[in-house]
Amino acid sequence: MIALVTFLTGLLFGLGLAVSEMTNPAIVLGFLDIFGNWNPSLVFVMGGAVAIGMLGYVIRNRRTKPWLADKWYVPTRRDIDKNLIIGSAMFGIGWGLSGYCPGPGLTALTNNPAEAVYFVGALIAGAGLFHFQNHRKNS
Amino acid sequence: MDAYIYPLMGGLIIGLSTAAYLLLTGKVVGISGILAQALFSKERLLPVIFIAGLIIGGSAYGVLIEPSVPFPELRNPLLLIVSGLLVGYGTRMGSGCTSGHGVCGLSRLSPRSLVATVIFMATAILTVFLTK
Repeated sequence: MIALVTFLTGLLFGLGLAVSEMTNPAIVLGFLDIFGNWNPSLVFVMGGAVAIGMLGYVIRNRRTKPWLADKWYVPTRRDIDKNLIIGSAMFGIGWGLSGYCPGPGLTALTNNPAEAVYFVGALIAGAGLFHFQNHRKNS
Repeated sequence: MDAYIYPLMGGLIIGLSTAAYLLLTGKVVGISGILAQALFSKERLLPVIFIAGLIIGGSAYGVLIEPSVPFPELRNPLLLIVSGLLVGYGTRMGSGCTSGHGVCGLSRLSPRSLVATVIFMATAILTVFLTK
């Protein structure tokens, strides 16, 4: 059951990216270009997603546990640390260079494979580098 | 008008997927985190299933959904590689991306996610401004 829900969540999320055209980096770069010919579409994507997301948290706060699991796995940290700031800045620079964030980068594997092989290969390498650096530090 | 209807519809669909996933499984949808789990954790099956669904759903673009702007022709591979490295490393260091911080984090008014979202939006806008 969890596997089916997980698959359908991914499917729905990907469909949402496709309907909103966030799968296309040309649209995303148009949004980030606020000093040029600005395309405001991402405001509506985020607005719609956060509105429904908030509704989800309103319902969550009235329940003791999820329907299909024993507990909540929602992040609870509230501290603003150096990693959060530097990591987010690195992510923003990378996102602004190509217009791909992780979701649209992965969907580009079928939509625009010629670009996706480079982006996704490097995405995995970058994530792997951080993972193994920290794995070594912690062990 | 159409220019706003589809982004809003897509956003509502994304919100529906994250809210349903939260209420059913108790987890947040963070693509960068799910990808890292699919690659590096011991429990790979569910994250791999999620990513398969994501890629299939996203393939509706160009098939069911007509692009309003064409996809970019293959750009400089070096640019794509540098971008991918920064996005991959940065999202792990910063614990999230547009989905985990931008959508799920803002939905629960997380202060960390608000800070992260403001930073990655600002640096992305600045990068586009400087490279255009």
